[in-house]
Amino acid sequence: MQLRMTGAQALVRSLEEEGVEIIFGIPGGVLLPVFDVLYDSPIRKVLTRHEQGAAHAADGYARATGKVGVCMATSGPGATNLVTGIATAYMDSIPLVAITGQVATNLIGTDAFQEADTTGITMPIVKHNYLVKNPADIPDVVQEAFYIARTGRPGPVLIDLPVDVSRGELKYQRRDHPVLPGYKPTLKGHKKQVRLAARAILEARNPVIYAGGGVITSGASAELRKLAEENGIHVTHTLMGKGAFPESHPLSMGMLGMHGTRCANYAMCETDLIIAVGTRFDDRITGKLSEFAPKARIIHIDVDPAEIGKNVRAHIPIVGDARQVLKDLNAAVREMRSEVRSPDRSEWHALIESWREKYPLAYDRGSGTLKPQYVVERIHALTRGEAIVCTEVGQNQMWAAQYYKVDRPRRFISSGGLGTMGFGLPAAIGAQLGRPGEVVFDIAGDGSVQMTIQELATAVLEGAPVKVAILNNGYLGMVRQWQQLFYHGKYSCSCLQRERTPDFVLLAEAYGAKGIRVKEPEMVDQAILEALEAPCPVLIDFWVDPEENVYPMVAPGAPLYDMIGDLLYPVDKVHPEKAEEPFL
Amino acid sequence: MKHTLSVLVENKPGVLARVAELFARRGFNIDSLAVGTTERPDISRMTIVVDVAEHSLEQVRKQLHKLINVIEIVDLDPEASVARELVLAKVKVDKDSRSEVIEIVDIFRGNIVDVSPESIIVEVTGSSRKLQAFEDLVRPYGIKELVRTGKVALPRGK
Repeated sequence: MQLRMTGAQALVRSLEEEGVEIIFGIPGGVLLPVFDVLYDSPIRKVLTRHEQGAAHAADGYARATGKVGVCMATSGPGATNLVTGIATAYMDSIPLVAITGQVATNLIGTDAFQEADTTGITMPIVKHNYLVKNPADIPDVVQEAFYIARTGRPGPVLIDLPVDVSRGELKYQRRDHPVLPGYKPTLKGHKKQVRLAARAILEARNPVIYAGGGVITSGASAELRKLAEENGIHVTHTLMGKGAFPESHPLSMGMLGMHGTRCANYAMCETDLIIAVGTRFDDRITGKLSEFAPKARIIHIDVDPAEIGKNVRAHIPIVGDARQVLKDLNAAVREMRSEVRSPDRSEWHALIESWREKYPLAYDRGSGTLKPQYVVERIHALTRGEAIVCTEVGQNQMWAAQYYKVDRPRRFISSGGLGTMGFGLPAAIGAQLGRPGEVVFDIAGDGSVQMTIQELATAVLEGAPVKVAILNNGYLGMVRQWQQLFYHGKYSCSCLQRERTPDFVLLAEAYGAKGIRVKEPEMVDQAILEALEAPCPVLIDFWVDPEENVYPMVAPGAPLYDMIGDLLYPVDKVHPEKAEEPFL
Repeated sequence: MKHTLSVLVENKPGVLARVAELFARRGFNIDSLAVGTTERPDISRMTIVVDVAEHSLEQVRKQLHKLINVIEIVDLDPEASVARELVLAKVKVDKDSRSEVIEIVDIFRGNIVDVSPESIIVEVTGSSRKLQAFEDLVRPYGIKELVRTGKVALPRGK
């Protein structure tokens, strides 16, 4: 049966058919027909205070639930305000559908009021985008957009909808399946490659699993754990891969890369076989590329063929969905175990254990000052490691990654690729609304959180009781750290003067949230418990040691084995010339 | 190393922009790009000549494949494909030189498509090398304006 309806009605109906529960956005002139229809739809509308907040909230919702996040903004400035959020989702392969209003088709190209070339602007930061010119196309476009966003390597898809298309009429008709002749993601790994990989795994003396966000996206954690446990292989994970493998597991070496553990980084330097799953050998992971994993053969499993061989040569490439490939790989390894003799790995295990013991993550616990790492440790303890933790970007993000150990997927939410300051608070709101029963923390910095602080209003009005823990050091902390280490201590434009502004407690209260200030280590637990008990959003302003640094660290451009600045290698051993190409 | 990619794309608005943007963003160099319709109205063919090393050719192909509107990419083997390019050249002529230029055009099996007292417009089709040779030969007479289409190509046989 075909129903006559307007473009706006068709859009909303299509969203309902896709199972959309919640939309984050802000209305505006050319989107009014859509919001008029949305008013009567069961879909929950969350009015954010800035479109960037809408995009990040939809992103946080998607990361926490595994569903497609939806955000909406009007033409021109509304759409350009979404851009940072769309780029963030693109870099981290998050399924997002962004819907923007556009000026009427007869005005496109005339520099009309609030006109921007949204599809042109977003082309490099979306998986795909559409400018809809005919109301009859709306059902197909929405169906395709959701299909593209969530399948293969997920990513954001944008639909730009001119106002006359929203107002126009069509006969609603939905296809059974989207028709996309140029889009067929490879999900099943090549059988021969899988067998090659299985043999390599059985023959390896010093193997390491390097797990990325793709493991979480594809729901491959259980298969990954089997691979690790059945073969006794240690696992390191990226920032995006946090939660892909339990960090409390004896085989976990923690995070690798620039602020990873020495154990994980040393293992990468010594391993003879890297099993890379759902990850892309980013510069923050590899360090100096020419000295990365010099002894290793590499099995690279990824759903995006373009990631294989992009930065690092893969000896055994396998294109496919991580869960599917790992399942086949586990089966192949079991089958071949009797025919391949595995070397003795006890020496390798002992070496890893010795690194782990010798080089734990550490900070000065006896200083008497309030250390940011201590705050994160206490949040971890008092939430039993069970909270969903969002982060901002910078030092707070790295301390959260280092000290908030996560055992399950979709519980650590952070802007990894783009490194978007201001991501954490709106993402936490999205995560909280997607997972209402969970405790959601935003571990924040005083610099980052101020970029989207207005979303406290959204949290209050939507009843999203997120807990914002600001590790307030009065600086753009990571900038200050790099200036200290690589720019001779010249703190150019990185001091935020926390003594003068803002008063975060008053600010929280102004928004109708609860504000707590903590300056002494003894008060930390009480504040966290108070926040956990409060039914409303709470902001805790932890005044931490202002010049605490994130260690250990691989200087940009340095090889992974060359880690600096933790308790074993104090700051005075750091040389600015270590950084070949400082590129902050 | 130059490679000729034959890329079938959906005939939809903005596809050329997507391809061009991708090349720009990833830092791939395009030597030439020709696009037009095919035997099917819903599909266009782009013939793209890229100058890249083997490693980045692989990246070019993979990244192109990620564009939703790209259906198929073939790296054309010069031995097993036919490639042509067309040039229009406005060559300066006078009473004395006109016949010489026409002779050259004949040798290259070109056509004269416009004649005026001071110049003629010549159309020549062929491989890029042939067109280059033609260009070099008529240059001494004075080339007032010139345009090349870029290469179009199809695989042989099948």
